[in-house]
Amino acid sequence: MTDNTYATPPRMSRFAADTAFMTFVVLLMAFLYIPIWVLIAFSFNDSSSLSWPLSGFTLGWYEKLAGNEPLLRAIGNSFYVAAGATVLTLLIGVPAALALHRINFPGKTLFRRLILLPITLPGIVTGISMLNMFKLVGMPLSLETVILGHATALVGVVVTQVYARLQRLPKSLQEAAFDLGAGPWRSFVDVTLPNIRSAIIGAGLLSFVLSFDEIPVTFFLTGRDNTLPMYIYSTMRRGITPEINAVGTIIVLLSLVLIVVSVLVTRQTGARSRN
Amino acid sequence: MTPIIEIDHLSKHYSPTSIGVDDISLSVGDGEFVTLLGPSGCGKSTLLRMIGGFETPTRGSIRLAGHDVTHAPPYRRAINMVFQDYALFPHMSVGQNVGYGLKLMGCSQLEIRTRVYDALKLVGLYDKLKLFPHQLSGGQRQRIALARAVVRRPKVLLLDEPLSALDAKLREQMQIELKSLQEKVGITFIMVTHDQTEALVMSDMIVVMERGRIAQQGTPQQLYDHPASPYVANFIGTTTFLPGQVRQGDGTSARIALGGGELVANVDQAFVPGDVVTVGLRPEKMRLLAEGETAPNVLEGRISEVVYYGLGLRLGITLSDGARLWADQLLPDTLARSQVPSVGAPARLAVAAHNVFVFAGQVAP
Amino acid sequence: MTAMRRYLPGVLVLGIPLAWIVLFMLLPFGIIGTYSFWLKKYPTFVPAFQFGNYVTLFTDPQYALVLLRTAKISVLVCLASLLLAYPFAYYLVYRCRSAGLRTWLYMAVIAPLWISYLLRAYVWKTILGTQGVLNSFLIWAGIIDTPSSIFLYNQFSMVVTLTYIFIPFMVMPIYTALEKIPANLIEASADLGMGPWRTFWNVTLPMSLPGVAAGFTLTFCLSFGDFVAPFLVGGPDGSLIANVITTQFGSALNWPLGSALSVVMLVVVLGVVSMGDRAERRGTAGGV
Repeated sequence: MTDNTYATPPRMSRFAADTAFMTFVVLLMAFLYIPIWVLIAFSFNDSSSLSWPLSGFTLGWYEKLAGNEPLLRAIGNSFYVAAGATVLTLLIGVPAALALHRINFPGKTLFRRLILLPITLPGIVTGISMLNMFKLVGMPLSLETVILGHATALVGVVVTQVYARLQRLPKSLQEAAFDLGAGPWRSFVDVTLPNIRSAIIGAGLLSFVLSFDEIPVTFFLTGRDNTLPMYIYSTMRRGITPEINAVGTIIVLLSLVLIVVSVLVTRQTGARSRN
Repeated sequence: MTPIIEIDHLSKHYSPTSIGVDDISLSVGDGEFVTLLGPSGCGKSTLLRMIGGFETPTRGSIRLAGHDVTHAPPYRRAINMVFQDYALFPHMSVGQNVGYGLKLMGCSQLEIRTRVYDALKLVGLYDKLKLFPHQLSGGQRQRIALARAVVRRPKVLLLDEPLSALDAKLREQMQIELKSLQEKVGITFIMVTHDQTEALVMSDMIVVMERGRIAQQGTPQQLYDHPASPYVANFIGTTTFLPGQVRQGDGTSARIALGGGELVANVDQAFVPGDVVTVGLRPEKMRLLAEGETAPNVLEGRISEVVYYGLGLRLGITLSDGARLWADQLLPDTLARSQVPSVGAPARLAVAAHNVFVFAGQVAP
Repeated sequence: MTAMRRYLPGVLVLGIPLAWIVLFMLLPFGIIGTYSFWLKKYPTFVPAFQFGNYVTLFTDPQYALVLLRTAKISVLVCLASLLLAYPFAYYLVYRCRSAGLRTWLYMAVIAPLWISYLLRAYVWKTILGTQGVLNSFLIWAGIIDTPSSIFLYNQFSMVVTLTYIFIPFMVMPIYTALEKIPANLIEASADLGMGPWRTFWNVTLPMSLPGVAAGFTLTFCLSFGDFVAPFLVGGPDGSLIANVITTQFGSALNWPLGSALSVVMLVVVLGVVSMGDRAERRGTAGGV
């Protein structure tokens, strides 16, 4: 640290600034996390109204969940949709990232714009435009149409993550593979893929979670089957109950597990590629 | 020597205005160590990458051992490359890196193991077999990249600025090592560098490149002693250039008037009296005459600078017309103060006729 | 034959996403674009080419007002997020001395993205409601006597909720932009005798503007199209375009008008994105 003779009383103002920043950060964290704790706390509260103070501990809301047939079916549907959408986004997103990184072709800027558009484009536009198309070609709405919608809406997430990793990969690695006798396919499998694997897994996890939570696209593209968020959404229209908090708490816990997994995955390879 | 690589009128134009390589023809003998030398942007790397198959030529052809490989992809050429950043696969161990090319050739496990062993022994790193690239030092990575390339016994090995990432000491050591390794394995090496010392130390043949073309090619000694142009004279070694005018000339020698006197030079073209020329003189070929000493080819001037550089002194001599040239003087064991030439003192420099380079025209390199 | 084998990987790599874009983006966009010129004829709609739907959108106060309100709310959300995100990112990059703490705090802000978006909106409904956590807490603490209704079902609650949901999108690009500013520029500025404030104003802030632009773009577009938060915490005067679009495709059964609204949203998003792109590029070009 250098003493800056131009700045006025350095020690004092620095201390004041540090305190101000710390207070601000604490408040921001409170803003971000108190709501989540509220959500969790009321899932164990033995009153059906969500008001302070907490009245007593119960696991009743969780027991109620276990017997809720439509809810369980919705959870099953959500897993099906999220898994399908994740596989599709990877199948489209990884080639798209490779194309952006490796190939030069006319209209590349437009291609990039379009494939990344759904990141900023509200889901409702994707949902409605696809709904219109399915109606037009006479395709009945189902969980499968939801999967197609999610894949379209989430492919940009995979593209950005995989593309960012590809950019950090020296171009010479693939050339070295070519040089040692590997064709395009072999070099991809042996050299490129292992080095972008963690980015693919991370992107896959993220798109799984986002698909699992997705509402706007699902809202327009689902048929008679409900996904979990759609089920919760329709429950909310009828009124709020701590049962929703119980589902929410479980979802928060599962999300937490996935976050930890994705951090571990990316950290492992991060350490190896740093030298 | 039979040529292993024959390059015929090869060009690479990125766009009509951006030309990487311009109409180059070159033949490389089997087992030679050839260096492509030039400043950045002269096309040397592009040429190397075309030989390796990483760039497609716009025109011309490349033949490897008699077969046309101009449009063959890298994985169908018996050529291997050591990349500037080594390009070791970070997710593979040293052994897997070196063995990868053999695996793709379809070698048996046993053969892979023995050949990897031999290659690593060649570069002195067999004990690093199980380590990963990030656990190695820069010099070690360089050697692993080398082992990975020679293990496939290619007909030609390409090296793209192989020593540029190493520090000065290690670089000097690796120059010698690379050269002796090349002699041991007997593979043709083609190296790209911008470092003239590297080129002089290691090469059998140097190809000096200038703006996508070959400026001159020859053995290190040929280039050093007979540079074909001021560009080459300037790039290989140090040369000072002085403007001059031909007084008298025939096909083999010429007498040239300079600011500080007249010099006789050996030439290979006929100059006519009155021709404007540029004379190139190397500092290490100039001899400072003692007082009263006489010699044939002499320039006179005054000492304007004295620079100490360890091995000796470099003197800046200003001639009567204001032009300045450098002259090196090796230092004897002990140097008396009185022996150090003082600034402002008159000086006479002698130079042998075969050390005077004469280039037609007035050139400012 | 060999040429085909050589180019096949490239064709596949480009072809798959390209086909997807054409089939599931361009084609659907084209369809709603077409529908937006059609005519509503109860109970369905008929092909036509007329601008009636668009005229309605911009002249009928019912829709024009919603468009304006949506824009206003989105801008407010952007500003609120910026006010929270910028000092936070600045703290992480320049003030936080422990690398471990920095990682944790950054993760803490990003992590909510992984937690259900619906739940994050829902929890604010339970907090801000008349019988909700905040009101009952304030009564319990003796600060107010009767539940206040000022927290929920208004534009304030919507801005709070949307800010809560979208703040990670503001933090990420600003953090990245601040981190990319070379430390020696800041030092050079101090060396030239600029105080911390002037350094911030003349060096740090201008160089971080691309990040701010990116954050604004994302946050604005996402808020602009949101329809869950307004539904949960917005009141009668709180419906946004997305809610209106939903109604047009639902109970109002006016698909042409709904399509026109979607087209407007698409155009707004494209416009904001390209403006953001330009701002980012100018910022980068002005940098090092």
